[in-house]
Amino acid sequence: MKKIQLPISETEIRKLRIGDDVAIFGEMVTARDAAHKYMLEKWPRFVDDLIRDKAIYHCGPVIKEENGEIIAVSAGPTTSIREEPYEHEVIAHYRPRIIIGKGGMGPTTLQAMKEYGAVYVHATGGAASVIAKSIIYVHKGYKRKELGDPEAFWKLEVRHFTGVVTMDSHGDSLHDIVEQRSKEKFYELIS
Amino acid sequence: MSNLKTHFVELLRRASTQLPPDVTAALKAGYQREPPGTAAQTALATILKNIKLSRKNSTPLCQDTGTNIWHVYHPQNICQCELEQAIREATLEARNRAYLRPNAVDPITGLNTGTNLGIRFPVISFYGWKKQSVRASVMLKGGGCENVSAQYALPVAGLHAGRDLDGVRKVVLDAVFQAQGKGCAPGIVGVGIGGDRITGMIEAKHQLWRPLEDKNPNALLAKLENRLYRECNQLEIGPMGYGGKTTVLGVKAGSIHRVPASYFVSISYMCWASRRASVTITPTGNPTFHKQVPSSQECNTPNCKG
Repeated sequence: MKKIQLPISETEIRKLRIGDDVAIFGEMVTARDAAHKYMLEKWPRFVDDLIRDKAIYHCGPVIKEENGEIIAVSAGPTTSIREEPYEHEVIAHYRPRIIIGKGGMGPTTLQAMKEYGAVYVHATGGAASVIAKSIIYVHKGYKRKELGDPEAFWKLEVRHFTGVVTMDSHGDSLHDIVEQRSKEKFYELIS
Repeated sequence: MSNLKTHFVELLRRASTQLPPDVTAALKAGYQREPPGTAAQTALATILKNIKLSRKNSTPLCQDTGTNIWHVYHPQNICQCELEQAIREATLEARNRAYLRPNAVDPITGLNTGTNLGIRFPVISFYGWKKQSVRASVMLKGGGCENVSAQYALPVAGLHAGRDLDGVRKVVLDAVFQAQGKGCAPGIVGVGIGGDRITGMIEAKHQLWRPLEDKNPNALLAKLENRLYRECNQLEIGPMGYGGKTTVLGVKAGSIHRVPASYFVSISYMCWASRRASVTITPTGNPTFHKQVPSSQECNTPNCKG
């Protein structure tokens, strides 16, 4: 298991390869469907510091507010492929080093990761209570009214947030490998 | 009938935070099957840990608490409005207690209602029966797995899928192949054979109520389910799409009549977090929460002709 402290440099992130188990520590921000659209339409400045050299987490947490404290009680990854039309530009402009989600992403994101130095970390889909335990503090939710709580930008502090690198900055994708292998099997089974 | 809302809140809590025993058992079997140290086994270990933790702390298994699909059986002397009102109040309460996420988004304005209530949200189907009790079952279906659900109109030339059960087999394999890990594999595949574009998909979703270990009463469909279960797992997509032996936990198929011109195959993919729960409430308001959603959806009243 490789320990990743955020923020992280391009040199360090380029050392990661597909198949690496990682444990992430530090600050990250959630951004999913509405937030991605928002980033590329409004170019919000507050996002710069939240993302640069840190991580974007595709997640819409279940939020509980108790005595003024915000708690993410359930916070697993959402399916990343929906952000494929946006992610290349998001990476180019905001320069995250890590994209976290589930299901993997496509060729344009992979290309951006290669070009700018970033990796995709796959978290366990549906393991929302376990993952929520690694969120030690929710700093703030941005654009809650506008985007709704599940789609707002949540600035999180995480400790030992685990996942697997499935796309790296060298153009390799575990998703492509698995898909190719299953495609061969599939054609065998239907022929 | 009293206390409906209270019992429905409890039903939603159970549905969101406790996985049915058959699904948990299938995930454990998957964990045993995957080689130690693989990403596949690690993912299943995390999933099993998550099941325990969610139950212990009453936190949602998955943050996507999904579309809530209710099936409610009720005696004739209860107004459906009263039941719907109780369900909507319970939904709001469950959202306030963080058992459910506010999931209702207006597609026109993009605004989230914040209450988890909206137009036909939650989804409720009512069935009258001659018993005096009310039985309410709820399924929580997340968006990720709903997005990889699919519908085919046979024949499909590219897949050499003709208008027969072998054609059905081929398109189901295609849907599971296309889904890869995006629907949170290992999934459960509900198949609706026949019908029209709506009823076929409803049938596919109905199949997801069935416990994994049950056997299809139709011998041909039972055979198809077994073969598809085996073959889907041969695709080696694995948990989360990491590669591995456990791609699906089960395949369940049902058929309904079609018109000569149409041969639809509807596929409802359910993520591993197949959340379903059921309660029967007596006329005096006493609830029995079922471990497993009862399979008998019919009236069961002696001498009932209806």
